[in-house]
Amino acid sequence: MAKKFMALLLASLMLLTLTLTACGDGGSGSEGLAPIKKEDLKIGFIYVGDAYDGGYSQAHEEGRLQMMESLGLADSQVIVVENVPESAECATAARNLVDQGCNVIYSNSFGHMDHIKAVADEYPNVYFGHATGFTRTDNMTTYMGRIYEARYLSGIVAGLQTKSNKIGYVAAMPIAEVVRGINAFTLGVQSVNPNATVEVIWLNTWYDGTLEKTVALELLNKGCDVIAQHCDSPAPQIAAEEKGAFAIGYNRSTAEVAPKAYLTAPLFHWGAYYTANVQSIIDGTWVSEDFWKGLTSGVVSLDNLSSLVVAGAAEKVAAAEAAIKDGSLVIFSGEIYDNQGNLKVAAGQTMTDAELTSFDWLVKGVIGSVPAA
Amino acid sequence: MLQIVKKQEMSPRNAAILRVSMVFAALIAAGVIILILGYNPITVYSKMIEGALTNKYRLTQTINKAIPLVILSLGVAVAFKMKFWNIGAEGQLYMGAIGASYIALFHSDLPIYIMLPLMMLAGILCGGIWALIPAVLKSSLGTNETLVTLMMNYVAQKFVNYLQIGPWKDPKAFGFPKIATFTDNAVLPKVFGIHIGWIIALILVVVVHILLKHSKLGYEISVLGENPQTARYAGMSIPKILLVSVLISGGLCGLVGMMQASGIEKTLNEGISGGLGFTAIITAYLAQLSAPVILVVSFLFAVLLQGGTFLQVALEIPASVAEVVQGVILFFVLASEFFTNYKIVIRHRESADAGKEAAE
Repeated sequence: MAKKFMALLLASLMLLTLTLTACGDGGSGSEGLAPIKKEDLKIGFIYVGDAYDGGYSQAHEEGRLQMMESLGLADSQVIVVENVPESAECATAARNLVDQGCNVIYSNSFGHMDHIKAVADEYPNVYFGHATGFTRTDNMTTYMGRIYEARYLSGIVAGLQTKSNKIGYVAAMPIAEVVRGINAFTLGVQSVNPNATVEVIWLNTWYDGTLEKTVALELLNKGCDVIAQHCDSPAPQIAAEEKGAFAIGYNRSTAEVAPKAYLTAPLFHWGAYYTANVQSIIDGTWVSEDFWKGLTSGVVSLDNLSSLVVAGAAEKVAAAEAAIKDGSLVIFSGEIYDNQGNLKVAAGQTMTDAELTSFDWLVKGVIGSVPAA
Repeated sequence: MLQIVKKQEMSPRNAAILRVSMVFAALIAAGVIILILGYNPITVYSKMIEGALTNKYRLTQTINKAIPLVILSLGVAVAFKMKFWNIGAEGQLYMGAIGASYIALFHSDLPIYIMLPLMMLAGILCGGIWALIPAVLKSSLGTNETLVTLMMNYVAQKFVNYLQIGPWKDPKAFGFPKIATFTDNAVLPKVFGIHIGWIIALILVVVVHILLKHSKLGYEISVLGENPQTARYAGMSIPKILLVSVLISGGLCGLVGMMQASGIEKTLNEGISGGLGFTAIITAYLAQLSAPVILVVSFLFAVLLQGGTFLQVALEIPASVAEVVQGVILFFVLASEFFTNYKIVIRHRESADAGKEAAE
């Protein structure tokens, strides 16, 4: 009986959607996805870390709050799920959000990708946004900032700041996104200080404050006097402060966390993206796309330099920033050698986005290697 | 003056009443804590029930949690019956998952009807052997199995982590340290929308019940648990009973590892247990090591767990609230154990001697 009823319900629903899409022909937006009125929006956020991890997830959380304020959404229209691991638990979290009536879901970690894809396929009428990944479907879009541009600028600061010419880099996962960041940073360092090296240690996790700090201390004990990071918490900055060294942060401005170490940080401004993306759902202009924009878009920036930064750095950063914005400086253009001495990008050549998103080698000046896949 | 005095053994009926009332007392006590945390306990409890049972999706989630819990509790119960304190269900689960994953990843061309039984066998063997190590250490060197099984959990979990970032890393994952997703022939099929682990769990409840209550081995296990001296006088081979039953205990936990890897995650990672190996100790204990009761208690605990997850999503109450409830229940149940066997009496000076006698 119940089954019959369900079947009938499903059939009528299908018929309804069919009619609706037929009527909506010529309208904008992807197939099966209808615009959602502002008051009908229910948005779920899935964070890999704590919403207040002091870094990556918190930057998303601040973006979410900014989006809600600028669009005037009620608290009841948003659900946040924190500390969602990059496993089937992520799919469960997404399904739980759909069960709660969410019609838009964002998730913020690379390893969530396959799981979000699975749930997006199950619910073609729900909008999905996945940060940092590359899998897209009709109802799943991706978004990321070209944070490597800001990392290049932060490399200039680090290169001028270091006295030992040894810079440490606490790196999360050996994937293209992180490799690209290390390389851009190192190119920034070497543009002002060709003698400086950047030593990399991999964490194999995004968010583990204890491990992030331990690894930073190891780099400091090896003689590094500036620590940069690609991980979620500000723990490496605290390690630098304890050892009397300097730190380049990441994600958020965290001068207050390590005031005696903090130089600057590559920043994300997710609020701008979330606001625009949700607005496009309301307007019916949402598309599944590869959103990947840099300094000119306002999604990424370099934080103001702290008072600890050596004199002369601000001018060099400003000049490089202007050059990146006007296109006269392309970070990954030749000639570029890898750290084994091979010429990888010849003079006059520029790496394509496809090459950047499959980066698996480290530039000259980096001490370390990308583990074999 | 307060004194703790050993009681006459309680009738099973009274003991059961005491336990059930303790669970209710726990819910009330947890309610007070929830109130202090700033939430309405009635809303919280009713939302938990709603989140665990009220639609097909939620019920599926609850059953997905109950399946591993039931089998893990059965595994733990077999060892506990013998008073072999196997705190290592978690580690045995991971080793079982590793064994099953090895078959799934490196013999992926096997047909499904050979693949799945082979994965189960590998899971049972690996989990069993992992449990056998502390048992052998105990019987040969007299080590404390509580400590050894507990510590071996971390070894097993870290081993999964090592495989994930090292030798078993998926070469097609663009450097991301994860193990490849199983092919379809290594994934447990679904019956009524839930992987067939639920059928296996139900069968195992019956099998373990017969094993513990109506088999020679079950009898030997309980004699050995009650009094090793008696077992020895009766001519039982203690090492043999110990090893066989620990193998069963660990094997059941290893099977859960296979089911979680195959049915839920479709791969191997550090999170496949979700801590259920520890929760199973609570459920086995609460169920007094009785297989049918384990089924009921595990399901109720799954409701608690799923309800807790639901709270986090629906009311944005931290899932830790559900963990508080769980902890309070355990606390009260342990207290009820204490009160089944002992009582506190207020004595006057003249009866102190009598009390001493009773305490002995």
